[in-house]
Amino acid sequence: MNIIRGNLRQFGMMIALVFIAVLFQFLTDGILFRPANIANLVTQNGYILILAVGMMLVILTGRIDLSVGGLLAFSSALSGIFIISWGWPTWLAIPAVLAVGALSGAWNGFWIAYKNVPFFVVTLAGMLAFRGLTMYVLGGTTITPFPPHFHNLSAGFIPDFFGGAGVNITALVLAVIVSLVLVFLELRGRRVSRQFGAAILPLPFMIAKLAVLVGAVMLFGYWFSASRGVPNVLVLLAALTVIYSYIANNTVAGRHIYATGGNVKAAELNGIKTKRVIFWVYVNMGMLAALAGMVFAARLNAATPRAEAGFELQAIAAAFIGGASPNGGVGKVTGAITGAMVMGLLNNGLSHLGIGSDVQLAITGLVLLAAVTFDVYTKTKVAKSAK
Amino acid sequence: MGTLLEMRQITKRFDRVLALDEVSLEAREGEILAVVGENGAGKSTLMKILSGVYAHGDYQGQIFYKDEECRFKSIKDSEKRGIVIIHQELALIPYLSISENIFLGNEQAKGGVINWHLTYQKTAGLLEKVGLRENPHTLVSNIGVGKQQLVEIAKALSKRVEVLVLDEPTAALNDIESENLLNLLLELKKEGITSILISHKLGEVLKVSDQITVIRDGKTVESFPNVDVDENRIIRGMVGRDILDRFPPRDTTPGDILFEVRDWTVHHPEIADKKVIDGVNLSVKRGEVVGIAGLMGAGRTELAMSLFGGAYGSKITGTILKGGKPLHLKSVSQAIENGIAYLTEDRKQYGLILDETICRNISLANLNAVSVRLTVDEFKEKRVAEDYRGRVDIRARDVLQHVKNLSGGNQQKVVLSKWLFADPDVLILDEPTRGIDVGAKYEIYQIINELARQGKCVIVISSELPEVIGLSDRIYIMNEGRMVGELARDQATQESIMEHIMES
Repeated sequence: MNIIRGNLRQFGMMIALVFIAVLFQFLTDGILFRPANIANLVTQNGYILILAVGMMLVILTGRIDLSVGGLLAFSSALSGIFIISWGWPTWLAIPAVLAVGALSGAWNGFWIAYKNVPFFVVTLAGMLAFRGLTMYVLGGTTITPFPPHFHNLSAGFIPDFFGGAGVNITALVLAVIVSLVLVFLELRGRRVSRQFGAAILPLPFMIAKLAVLVGAVMLFGYWFSASRGVPNVLVLLAALTVIYSYIANNTVAGRHIYATGGNVKAAELNGIKTKRVIFWVYVNMGMLAALAGMVFAARLNAATPRAEAGFELQAIAAAFIGGASPNGGVGKVTGAITGAMVMGLLNNGLSHLGIGSDVQLAITGLVLLAAVTFDVYTKTKVAKSAK
Repeated sequence: MGTLLEMRQITKRFDRVLALDEVSLEAREGEILAVVGENGAGKSTLMKILSGVYAHGDYQGQIFYKDEECRFKSIKDSEKRGIVIIHQELALIPYLSISENIFLGNEQAKGGVINWHLTYQKTAGLLEKVGLRENPHTLVSNIGVGKQQLVEIAKALSKRVEVLVLDEPTAALNDIESENLLNLLLELKKEGITSILISHKLGEVLKVSDQITVIRDGKTVESFPNVDVDENRIIRGMVGRDILDRFPPRDTTPGDILFEVRDWTVHHPEIADKKVIDGVNLSVKRGEVVGIAGLMGAGRTELAMSLFGGAYGSKITGTILKGGKPLHLKSVSQAIENGIAYLTEDRKQYGLILDETICRNISLANLNAVSVRLTVDEFKEKRVAEDYRGRVDIRARDVLQHVKNLSGGNQQKVVLSKWLFADPDVLILDEPTRGIDVGAKYEIYQIINELARQGKCVIVISSELPEVIGLSDRIYIMNEGRMVGELARDQATQESIMEHIMES
């Protein structure tokens, strides 16, 4: 009973994700998991997922960043100006935009970490300023189109190196590799836990968990192989997820982020330079927002002053749906990814059912509330039973 | 005097853990009943049941008050009957005034409009009764913990209290404040108010209580009147065996001076011209345990934290010498790198990341030792944590358990493990046994002795004079930011220490 309860918390949102996926697959008569729609899902939500990863780290320190939506729009505008208006080569424009993003993050971080200005105010100011700057630099016009290789950042697919006729073999090979890595990591983690006598997932649970994960990966591999292959954005996202999970879970820097969010005073008395941690978390957020901005521009194939607003709130919602604590110190990068996917899948599924974006938004709100309520509820349960 | 309150055969489970096992307790009208027991024995749980925090139905057993069975569903129910509990962690709102706090939830209002004149008038009366000379308008954040405790009692009195339950009321108070509080309890007793006192400090239990009930491992062990009883008698009941010596013997002789502080002056971080530490000198030899005694507010914690890489204070001047070489510590991380460790007096707020595991807390101050090129080696980290779990006997299921679920004593052992793992030469331990039961205290004293045996410098700050005297080779006495005396172990008595403080 306890095992189920403990693991419910860990996997609650993943189970919800699978449930939502199956539900919509059924309701939409199978449109949801058509290969073309899968690719669509990934490109539609890619930039939110990127923002959510950075936002998770910010939230881990017990803060939020409201300026990322504005920064995303500003970055997409800059990429348009650099590449289309000024004719810069892509290899120069991409690092330049990333640098601008990092500098903008540093600007936020400087006031928040070193000048003790409340993060809400600093990033709210950033949100307004970046929106204004976006319109200013574009002069109210939309710049289009990007050269094809930049457009492919969002819209392209990994080419098939094996030249399978009608079937993309690269996609299948990738899926097999990812599956093997997943199994390897799970077994390794299990060995570590066993070695230290820690509670481990019972064998049937582990097999079920791996079966679901591997099954999902292989299914995606099959779908992609049957269509145009693996979307470039997916590879980018996978790389970000792996890198940032690793940073959060396995590095000294990650530990310092968790400690700063969990108890800033204690962290300081352990020799952790909490101001520096907060500063760099914002720098990183700025850089990821710039990356998201370019992915966004590439998808639209245009830099537009009317870039949608509210992305920052979606990223924040994704992190909370994915199990982050608003007080800081609790949350996982994979949680933010799961949260963003839940939101993306909901929106996509509802669209296919012909439900408008107005209702979609309302439902997203309810899901956010339900997810966090569930978390609060299970946490008090666990806390009570542990006393 | 007849029985006023009786708890009969109370059993309470948290899931499968049996917290209370048919505990019974009886308080007679107008007496002070002391409930003693080790941490985790179930005292606080029992009081939460009495006050309705755990509602009727959440436990088995019955509560009788004035011969009538009570089924409290919430704190409001028990307060309506005149049973008021004052928790260990004070429940005051810092940015409200004393009178606003006293009448919080019980506002003197008509139709939702507060009558401030009546509020202040009543507050003044209550403050006089508890002997607190403060303006009712003063913000609670501007008065000390001792006075806040009095505000809590005034608040209880405002509710026409008949039974006052105090959970560790003197844990954060100095000797004089504790004395005042205990005298107040005796005063209230004269007025017919019954008190239930939960305390670790056996001296005060012996001083004020009429009846002593001992709880061990969720069971009532015994209950006896406070006549011809001494501390050893109570301890025997609490731990189920005799503790012959409360301080384990140490047979090491200190070596040469390793750590020295000269002319150390620290200013208040916000009020720039206020000296908090004024020209302090001290030295510690290898393998020596040095105590710093003093009243609350004497500046002991401030001294320790300012030495710890300037974690407290501004405009710090003076010299720190280690092995004869001056250290220039600009940050906590530099202090740790130079072999200095500081164990905070408030482990929950400043010592631990409560939401993290034992393992991650232990490695926190010395992550580099379990890391290879910025990556934490989790194998090694867990091995280290397991090692310390065995060495200092942290009672936990495994090192992946979250520290918030541990008892106070075990939490403190986690903090100690962390600093042991950082392998410092100088350890400053600030109230290392605060809120910890007798058994765990003994274990921590043993760890301190072991550190001395390894030739480390140990500085112990404690508000409990018997502890300072029992542990230290030498004792510094601090008052108002200055060193006002130094006593060797054989000269130190509680009286001689207090004399130094009073004469300064």
